[in-house]
Amino acid sequence: MTKAPFDPAAATAATPAAGAPAITAPEAVVTRSQWSDVWRQFRRHRGAMVALVLFVSVILFVSVGPLLWRIDPTYVDIRARNQGFSLAHPLGTDQLGRDLLARLMAGGQVSIAVGLTAMIIAILLGSLIGILSGFFRRLDAPLMRMTELFLALPLLPLLLLMVTLFREPLSQNFGSAFGIFLLIVTAIGATSWMQAARIVRGEVLGLKEREFILAARSIGTPSHRMILRHILPNVLSPIMVAATLGIATAIITESALSFLGLGFPPDFPTWGRLLFDAVDQMVLYPWRVIFPGVLISLTVLCVNYIGDGLRDAMDPRIRGR
Amino acid sequence: MLTFTIRRLALAIPTLLFISLVIFLLLEASPGDPLADVPLTVPPEVRERMRAALGLGEPWPVRYLLWLKQFFWVEPLYFLDRSFGTDFAQGQQRIISFQSRSPVFDVIAQRIPQTLTVVGMSYVVGILIAVPIGILSAYRQYSWFDQIGTFISMIGFSMPTFFTGVVLIIVFGVNLQWFPSVYDTTLVVRDWDSFLAQARQMVMPVTVLALYNAAQISRFMRSSMLDNLGQDYVRTARAKGLPERKVVLKHVLRNSLIPVVTVIALGLPAVFGGAIITEQVFKVNGLGQLLISAIHGNDIPMVLTLTFIFAILIVVFTLIADILYGVLDPRIRYD
Repeated sequence: MTKAPFDPAAATAATPAAGAPAITAPEAVVTRSQWSDVWRQFRRHRGAMVALVLFVSVILFVSVGPLLWRIDPTYVDIRARNQGFSLAHPLGTDQLGRDLLARLMAGGQVSIAVGLTAMIIAILLGSLIGILSGFFRRLDAPLMRMTELFLALPLLPLLLLMVTLFREPLSQNFGSAFGIFLLIVTAIGATSWMQAARIVRGEVLGLKEREFILAARSIGTPSHRMILRHILPNVLSPIMVAATLGIATAIITESALSFLGLGFPPDFPTWGRLLFDAVDQMVLYPWRVIFPGVLISLTVLCVNYIGDGLRDAMDPRIRGR
Repeated sequence: MLTFTIRRLALAIPTLLFISLVIFLLLEASPGDPLADVPLTVPPEVRERMRAALGLGEPWPVRYLLWLKQFFWVEPLYFLDRSFGTDFAQGQQRIISFQSRSPVFDVIAQRIPQTLTVVGMSYVVGILIAVPIGILSAYRQYSWFDQIGTFISMIGFSMPTFFTGVVLIIVFGVNLQWFPSVYDTTLVVRDWDSFLAQARQMVMPVTVLALYNAAQISRFMRSSMLDNLGQDYVRTARAKGLPERKVVLKHVLRNSLIPVVTVIALGLPAVFGGAIITEQVFKVNGLGQLLISAIHGNDIPMVLTLTFIFAILIVVFTLIADILYGVLDPRIRYD
């Protein structure tokens, strides 16, 4: 803003009468919210933008794809088994004659749904524990002890154990597909919230020392409003980064479980399961291994890149440049 | 430092006890029955006796305490007896696997060498690849080498090991026939030929795990080098006329390795966990494969012991990482 030389006439004229234009003037300035800044910075990260486009296309592939490609992924056509690439089956068929393209779409739906849901559970749990232990000093020690305990658990063996042990009762109660989905999602979510909790706690501890918290406290803001209005919006960016990276880990964990034969039931395709089923015949039909594997890797790679870009975009030290 | 170590060790014991209890209760809550495979024609009273013989008759707190005693007292005694030819154990009950009816620790001892050679080797190879890459891409930040290195390491830890493993098998095991796709654990290294065979069969599993580890470590190495390259002491070293080589490889590298060493220590137990998948892909007859077969066979003592060993590894290596950090970096004070 340029400083005009002091002009008493203009000053007196501006005070009462020109009050309206003085207020409307700032509206001409383009408003820049925090999120538009983040988006502007995010767009500069070339890798993250490419990854975002690819990730959106993968999501479209698994969500809109089945509407266009209307072959039932579980339809068994034993006479058309083990076919190569053709017009009827662009990516061929498997050992039972099921269309691979349709199976990849259906499998992707499950894999990505598991990734997203498990991430949401992990992030909710992690943020809750992180905020509680950062904000309330009395809860800090026990909650952090618990986090350390969870970090010391051997996760993959435990996940394998949980899935094998509770697969039967849950699939009896909730139906085979939904029961396993519930089991896998809770198992992954319950074992991967620790990083988020630690990050959030660190941020909250730092925030608590800031003046605006002191100001809010001095006017008697109750704890819950303090957390919801003042703390939570300020720790949102590390939470979002952790959430993005959490999707990647959850997708990998789910496909690892499926690959070990401990994931979803055989007639229920997921990318890991498709890979697992194809391994037996990989010598003859290597493509059946490659396609789901590439899709898993591509999705995870995209998510990791988006997380990277998001971290850069949300870091105010980098954003100004 | 010593008080810190002692305090941490004292804290590690309740942590481990709690973890063992969690695993035990999880197994306890499982609906799986180790006698499920026994034919239905076996009369109920015999079945009851079999159950008692497996040690399943007691209530769970008793069995848990018994297992703890066996793990922390009886098994070490047997180990002492084995090593020094003494007789402390005096035939006390060991932890017996339901599946093989042999002591759990004997089976584990048979499997450890395979896991250690493959996992250990891959970790060493991974570090050897990662450190130079990290140094170079930090020193030439935003150069094409850095860009490509970052991209490859991003791919490296986005590709799950079960996919890279299978792709390597298809390309090098099936199409090119360079390496065997199945790891032969019966192979004994006696002479040059068997050593070559061993090396050939280790190439693929080691590559898979090494790439995965290298991807992560090289990123840590890069960011740690970047942190240090901007420090004042680097400018001082250059200003006093040290050759660039010495500045980077001696002053910066040594300081940058401090956090990387702790990351390496922290990552080691996770590698054992990740090796479960790689062992499954290449049919390596190691600890991971043992765990999976035990889970499938409802072999409760084996699963409990193995999972607990993994937990011990994690706790111990976290402790080692913390101590190393304090030892290597004199600025860190734990008191």
